[in-house]
Amino acid sequence: MKYTFFLYNDESQFADVSPEDMAQSLQVFGEYIRQLNEAGVLVHTDWLQPSPTATTITLKGGTKQIQDGPYADTKEQLGGTFVIDVPDLDAALAWAEKCPSVHYGLIEVRASAMPEGGNPHAG
Amino acid sequence: MSPSVTDNQAKARAEHVARAAYGRLIAILAKRSGDIAAAEDALADAFAQALETWPKNGAPDSPEAWLLTVAKNRQRDVAKSAANKTAAGSLDDESFKMNSMPTDTAKPHGQDIPDERLKLLFACAHPAIDSTVHTPLMLQTVLGLEANEIASAYLMPGATLAQRLVRAKRKIKDARIPFEIPDQSEIKSRLDGVLEAIYGAYSLSWQDAENVDVTRDLAKEALYLSTVVTDMLPEEAEALGLAALVALSMARRQARLTAKGVHIPTDQQNTALWDKMLIRRGETLLTRAAAQKAPGRFQIEATIQLIHCDRANSGLTDWAAIAQLYNGLIAFAPTMGAAVARAAAVGHAFGAKAGLNALATVDAGHANAFQPYWATAAYLHRMAGDESSAQAAYRKAIDLCTDLPTRKWLERIAQDKVASLH
Repeated sequence: MKYTFFLYNDESQFADVSPEDMAQSLQVFGEYIRQLNEAGVLVHTDWLQPSPTATTITLKGGTKQIQDGPYADTKEQLGGTFVIDVPDLDAALAWAEKCPSVHYGLIEVRASAMPEGGNPHAG
Repeated sequence: MSPSVTDNQAKARAEHVARAAYGRLIAILAKRSGDIAAAEDALADAFAQALETWPKNGAPDSPEAWLLTVAKNRQRDVAKSAANKTAAGSLDDESFKMNSMPTDTAKPHGQDIPDERLKLLFACAHPAIDSTVHTPLMLQTVLGLEANEIASAYLMPGATLAQRLVRAKRKIKDARIPFEIPDQSEIKSRLDGVLEAIYGAYSLSWQDAENVDVTRDLAKEALYLSTVVTDMLPEEAEALGLAALVALSMARRQARLTAKGVHIPTDQQNTALWDKMLIRRGETLLTRAAAQKAPGRFQIEATIQLIHCDRANSGLTDWAAIAQLYNGLIAFAPTMGAAVARAAAVGHAFGAKAGLNALATVDAGHANAFQPYWATAAYLHRMAGDESSAQAAYRKAIDLCTDLPTRKWLERIAQDKVASLH
């Protein structure tokens, strides 16, 4: 079963991080990714630009609306994702607990709803 | 003073003093004001001064006393400057260096410097400080480790840990958490906090992290911290027990992994790789602890380690004794880990059925996400000849396991049996 970790955190915490701290941060996330890979559970991960760079688009009201900024203006913003493949939620939570961002943010863990083998109409 | 000292020698001397004296000096500098951060700043300045002047003038006879004097002067200057912001001259100007340089005759000798580190340890592990910060706070203030270095051991960004350390130090200062050894009525419970935090440093050293920069061996640091406590409280049985536990587990560190980084269980390790000196040290500490006739969790855990270590002499592991000790441990600290380890020991000693009965006493609801529970269940099912239950339990244990050496070991033993069956 694929599980996605949504990493939320308060971006202002890292507004003035030194290059040294940034390098250390990359290193611990790198170590975490190495461990996920070596355990054979990592599907994908990404690290996002800060939320002020987001652009939000919708045709919901019938007309195209483009908003400069994130969809929800909350204190905790989405900062990255991990997708891992493990059999159950206990295993997913065990790995989420080891993610470096768990120490300064929140991790939302969601199971995939995609049919086995992917969407059959996707070709 | 010898003016012929080279740059490198002075630097090596400064580093040696730093390693030996850092916590002693911080404890003294922070004790009166309760301001650890200011003490760290003052000591950092003193080290910078040392690196500048020792190569030129030679290292002083008592480097520790020299550093203490310079740092105290620095603290006084900072206090003065804060009291009188309009005073001429910045803290970094030349007059500071001239004024604060101790002369050779004015300083006390190193052995006259009191050791206040235990008081610092009690402040770091005070119940009013968030318990997750106790260990990092000790590693930083007593041993001088960098926040980034400590954070890496936790797979945590350094900036996050640094914020927590700043907050904890501010609280120690502003709430006036005392730098004192608690009185008799309180010392047992307060000491538990200190020992737990030292144990926390030790546990960190067992993690498998290849790429992060933890340059210091945290097991050694934990052993060192436990020695600070036993030196100053030589009759505290549990402090001796913790020091023994750290020494005995550390003794087996070279034997715990294969060349490919796969975990090797204690009863299968090559005993030739065990450190006999550390085992003797642990044994001595445990004997001293036992003389106090005040048993406790760390002493029991250390005794279990000692029985494992005895295989180096006898060739056998006395699992019945280990199972008995886990009974005792559960009486002091009824954790799921102890209950599961007891079931494994009972299985080793008395067979699969007894082991499975012991495992059945563990609350399966809580144990569902607990990897050692499934690894033990797998071991016992296999011993009972129920390989399909064993395979299911191994699968669950592997899926829950985020420690790579253990995960690889579980994968290997689960496979081994499958291969030998076909």
